[in-house]
Amino acid sequence: MGTTGIIFKRELAAYFSTPLAYVFIVIFLVMNGIATFDLGGFYQRGQADLQPFFNFHPWLYLFMIPALAMGLWADERKTGTIELLLTLPIQLHEAVIGKFLAAWVLSGCALLLTFPIWITVNYLGEPDNGVILAAYIGSWLMAGGFLAIGSCMSALTRNAVIAFILTAAICFLFVVSGSAIVMNAFTGWAPQTLIDAVATLSFLTHFEAISRGVLDIRDLLFFAAVIAAWLLASAVVIEIKKAN
Amino acid sequence: MIEISHLTRKFEHFTAVDDLSFTVAEGEVLGFLGPNGAGKSTTMKIITGFLAPSSGTVRVDGHDITENPIAVKALVGYLPEGAPSYPDMTVLDFLGFIAEIRGFSGKEKDQRIEQVINDVALGSVCEQTIDTLSKGFKRRVGLAQAILHDPKVLILDEPTDGLDPNQKHQVRQLIRNLAKDKIVIVSTHILEEVSAVCTRAIIIANGRIVADGSPQELEARAPTDAAMAEAPSAPGRLEAFFRSVTEQGAL
Repeated sequence: MGTTGIIFKRELAAYFSTPLAYVFIVIFLVMNGIATFDLGGFYQRGQADLQPFFNFHPWLYLFMIPALAMGLWADERKTGTIELLLTLPIQLHEAVIGKFLAAWVLSGCALLLTFPIWITVNYLGEPDNGVILAAYIGSWLMAGGFLAIGSCMSALTRNAVIAFILTAAICFLFVVSGSAIVMNAFTGWAPQTLIDAVATLSFLTHFEAISRGVLDIRDLLFFAAVIAAWLLASAVVIEIKKAN
Repeated sequence: MIEISHLTRKFEHFTAVDDLSFTVAEGEVLGFLGPNGAGKSTTMKIITGFLAPSSGTVRVDGHDITENPIAVKALVGYLPEGAPSYPDMTVLDFLGFIAEIRGFSGKEKDQRIEQVINDVALGSVCEQTIDTLSKGFKRRVGLAQAILHDPKVLILDEPTDGLDPNQKHQVRQLIRNLAKDKIVIVSTHILEEVSAVCTRAIIIANGRIVADGSPQELEARAPTDAAMAEAPSAPGRLEAFFRSVTEQGAL
């Protein structure tokens, strides 16, 4: 097993050695239930798909994912273990990726545990399971994007609560950047290319495209690029901030 | 062999380490002394590859710390100040993690862990999570991870800080036992420790070396009036000397 794998294993075990992993998974499942059946009107719609379930995910991730990411680096700085970790014979990127993967796999586990709703919709009707699979992949990729942002914000501070708030704020911007609220602020004065550029950064647009069952390579690349860019930023921030 | 040449580290507003040069050879136990803020920890953080130097070079066994940090880190065992470790892990899991990162697996990994648990007497607590341990045990866990791979170079930042006299004695015993054909650098504020375990002492103030010699040599250089008046013992004379070289211009 490579160094990244060893760090991944330790981080994942750390989530489960505290109540954090269990609290995260339970709250995630409960919130999904409420959102799908109450807010989303899963039964009333009379349609055999999981749109109301997936539509809620960006907003759910907005406050769930920062909780998962906030301690990634802030806690290492606070307890001083960052000095221990980074004087072991490892590369910085192995630590950044290992930690990110642990959080991403945990969010993936939470997502997989929503399978009863998939069984329900298959029991009640005949949904397009290809679309549902695509939406699951899209949702997990979006969670990865949020987590990578969270990793970087967590590297900025030694205070996990500040990391939580920063992550939620930045993620919110990425979710709404394609919506009318943000677009209206730009139209009239900004050049069209800038407006288009901002709009293409929207998590929502890319996620909705995938969750309709269209696994366009550009949407997949978008999330891969977001994850890579924010993880790179994390490494840079850790390198700069570790002196103080 | 550690060769430090013209090492300088600047932070935004001050120079923590200022043109430091010295070498340490195998078999030496170097006591690294100096007032708070003198640059001891910063120097140790640079040698262990945590911080980058602003200028100058550090070579450990011929490997340059900026060019080949992984090779240096593999050779060095480091106990950072305050002995940080992951509080939610058990002692065994924590040492297992360190062993895996250090490249041990299977039987060898188990043997290494068993060995260090014996060396620092952690047997009674190895199933406990680290945050439930006393300060003395936490410090020993920190030492255990530092010596697990039998490193050629051991760097200990205030290893006995906050320990009771018995624990201090045990840690010193351990350092003495480890010291054969290794390089050990220990920072400390406790001057009797220097007389007890070190073969050589360097005193730094404001990032510069102000004295370098064996503890006995430094004791002999104590100002005679102070030594006569209040410090008849060897550590007392060392303290008198320490004060005489670090007090002026310290504040």
